[in-house]
Amino acid sequence: MTAGLNTILSFEGLSKSWFGVPAVEGLTLDVREGSVLGLIGQNGAGKSTLMNMIGGVVAPTSGRMLWRGALYQPRTAADATKTGIAFIHQELNLFTNLSVAENLYIDGFPRRFGLIDQKAIQTRTQSILKRLDLDVSPKTIVGQLSPGERQLVEIAKALHNEASLIILDEPTTSLTPRETTRLFETMGLLSAEGRTLIYISHILGDVAEHCDDIAVLRDGRLVDSGPAAEFPIPRMIRSMIGRDLSGMYPPRSNQPLGDTLLRVDRVSQPGVLHNVSLTVNDGEIVGLFGLMGSGRSELARILFGLDPVQSGSLELRGVILSGGPRERIAAGLAFVTENRREEGLMLEASISENLSLVGISSFGRGPLALVDKPSLAQYCEKTKQDIAIKAGNILVQPVKALSGGNQQKVVIGKWLLKEPKLFILDEPTRGVDVGAKFEIYSLADQIAAAGNGILFISSELDELIGMADRIVVMSRGEVMGEISRPEFNSERILQMAFREAAA
Amino acid sequence: MTSDDIPNGKSIRTRAADLFLSDYFVLYMSLAYVAVLAPWLPVLLTPGNIVNVMSNMWPLLIVAIGQTFVLAIGGIDLSQGSTMALTSVVGAMLIAVSANPANLDLAPIWGTILTENGGPLAGLPGNVALGIAAMLLVAVCVGLINGAAIAVFRMPPFMVTLVTLITISAFAIWMTQSENVANLPDAFIALGKGDIVSVYFGAKDESKIARKVIYSAVTYPMVIAVFVAVIAHIILSRSVFGRYIMAIGINRKAAEISGVPVKRVIVLVFVISAVCAAIASILYSARLEAGRPSLGEGNFLLDVIGAAVIGGTSLFGGKAKIIWTFFGVLFFVLLSNTLNLMNLSSFQVDMVKGGVILAAALMDVTRTNLMRTRTR
Repeated sequence: MTAGLNTILSFEGLSKSWFGVPAVEGLTLDVREGSVLGLIGQNGAGKSTLMNMIGGVVAPTSGRMLWRGALYQPRTAADATKTGIAFIHQELNLFTNLSVAENLYIDGFPRRFGLIDQKAIQTRTQSILKRLDLDVSPKTIVGQLSPGERQLVEIAKALHNEASLIILDEPTTSLTPRETTRLFETMGLLSAEGRTLIYISHILGDVAEHCDDIAVLRDGRLVDSGPAAEFPIPRMIRSMIGRDLSGMYPPRSNQPLGDTLLRVDRVSQPGVLHNVSLTVNDGEIVGLFGLMGSGRSELARILFGLDPVQSGSLELRGVILSGGPRERIAAGLAFVTENRREEGLMLEASISENLSLVGISSFGRGPLALVDKPSLAQYCEKTKQDIAIKAGNILVQPVKALSGGNQQKVVIGKWLLKEPKLFILDEPTRGVDVGAKFEIYSLADQIAAAGNGILFISSELDELIGMADRIVVMSRGEVMGEISRPEFNSERILQMAFREAAA
Repeated sequence: MTSDDIPNGKSIRTRAADLFLSDYFVLYMSLAYVAVLAPWLPVLLTPGNIVNVMSNMWPLLIVAIGQTFVLAIGGIDLSQGSTMALTSVVGAMLIAVSANPANLDLAPIWGTILTENGGPLAGLPGNVALGIAAMLLVAVCVGLINGAAIAVFRMPPFMVTLVTLITISAFAIWMTQSENVANLPDAFIALGKGDIVSVYFGAKDESKIARKVIYSAVTYPMVIAVFVAVIAHIILSRSVFGRYIMAIGINRKAAEISGVPVKRVIVLVFVISAVCAAIASILYSARLEAGRPSLGEGNFLLDVIGAAVIGGTSLFGGKAKIIWTFFGVLFFVLLSNTLNLMNLSSFQVDMVKGGVILAAALMDVTRTNLMRTRTR
């Protein structure tokens, strides 16, 4: 890692705002040629917007970028490539139906007699792959490669385009530990060749280990930067969230009450659930833990009347649950599904349209049920305040323009009008950054403190241990056992989930 | 809309984009089209032609409104034309005051429903109202069948309504053996062409004015179509039901989980579509003075979907406005009218229409992209 003193890319007062909400604000930073810059920040801190500006996808509102001292104003992604900037994204941009060589040459095949010069392509690809120590034939179809190998093909593409700045955006999320190690070796190689790298990751240990400099973004501003040697992980966290991480979870502010709210009694559905029983009391957060395929999300769907059930009974406050989602909502259930983009939100619609979807019928007036727009707008604005959704004008801003955490708050917020008694939260913090996680936990705590029950489904055991009053463990469609807060023990819970423990 | 815009002194590009994204864009386009063509086609702006354009517009508008509801949930209704044919035949065979055996004695309805003395309602008090009620009832049934197959059995709308189109169109033709059922009561015929307000351009002193020089300004079809459009606009843009329709169009799964009565809304939307077709069928049958089993055949569907899409309604659902459809129909009728005035053959007219619909689809994509860059 030989970092020179020259600046390859610099930002001067760079800003971009959406609907008056700044995504990047007054960013001034120099990237040294040949260095590895670690860029960290929570979701919504402005990393993606910054990358999009570098990549020519969006134009800055104000400020400018300099490439080797000259003004750099990319209008398209091709401009960035031509300049010598390459992006390695978490979702790879490869054509899985084409070969490695074809992927490298996709934006310009060399020709011979008007036909593609296959021989030249193979030879050149072979030499690049060799430099990266990737032992696959240039003719291999990309779809047959592992995620780690695909990542290296992306890097090969960057080398093919003679990129002098390579930006890696969360490159390790889909890699195995071995593949990750290999990626870091490759990064060392690229760095040794004098290329500059920007490395974006949520895994702070990796950032500390492999970067020369570190820059921290928060709320669109550069809040901290410096050499990695002076940047221990606690400093990174402090800078990212603006406070110490002593409180990852808010303290639970109430004790569960004695009355049973939800009773699931010996529910079975062939191939999905077997004899599942559990209860949730008033004011209680019950964590539901299980590995993939344990039946936790399936149980949630059955509770909400989305999937059929063969036997057993479901009761809410002693009233038997039946019918579809409409009947379940009327009975007092709310369901925040695990995939908010597919099942939770109307991404193209405005924030207020999303917030009002569940309760819209109570705003209908007159024989045609015309929507009372003023009171609806008032209600949506109040919900926005109550649950602190960070947004501009909720009447026009589409929900897809929000960060993951704020989107999730909209999904939770849309149920509040119905005053549900039991919330089913399925992976509510998936794809949400540290700070927004805390806010969602606080929201869950508030809901429980108001006397409602929560069935909190998660594959992150830590958050259940942090938030739940009781944890029910499922495996392969069966309840393996339950543990209440004083006896929480992650080892025992994992044993149950893996069916290792002698029950 | 975005904070990037400087309030005073928007660039020409921004202004052009504003105009392009405006609800009234297609209206401006229609006016510009007329302005460009008027010097070359002087007949275009004569009162007679304007009356003609309007009378072609109203029934098409009603059908296109029905289609707009279906498109809004991300569906499509191919069976509107055949619903018009079926309701036209059913209405006519019930209320005809007489019938000609020379034409109809081979039809299965001859002798049982329709005789030389007309249909079963001939001469009864309120026969026209009952006939219309029967037409609407048939349409409701068609809509229920379409809607139930699509919502409950989750069959694709394209398939279901294609089958409905083929089946009921064949049924309508079979019933009369493809003959028209004529001799409808005068009260019914008045609905198709009856004037409420007429205009006469000329000297006042003549005692008898030839029918041809009186121009109808306000007709029953106009009143009915405007009434349907206003109600449809209010329902789609302002009611809870309209919100449900849009929610289903944008994300059916999310709508279902949020407690939107998805199945009920889908069934109702197809009923609305069929009922709109039946109302248009009343106007067309009255104008033609006959129940016609071939009504709505051929490229009628192209006109309906084309008009809705030109207006700006998306084929993917979640994006629809009645006012867009209104302007789309206006533009489409103007287009047909001017092409006819240029003495083009019907084949040439259809070729041009096809190109225009393609351009409209392209425009929709451009508009969506523009919206996206603005809201990002």
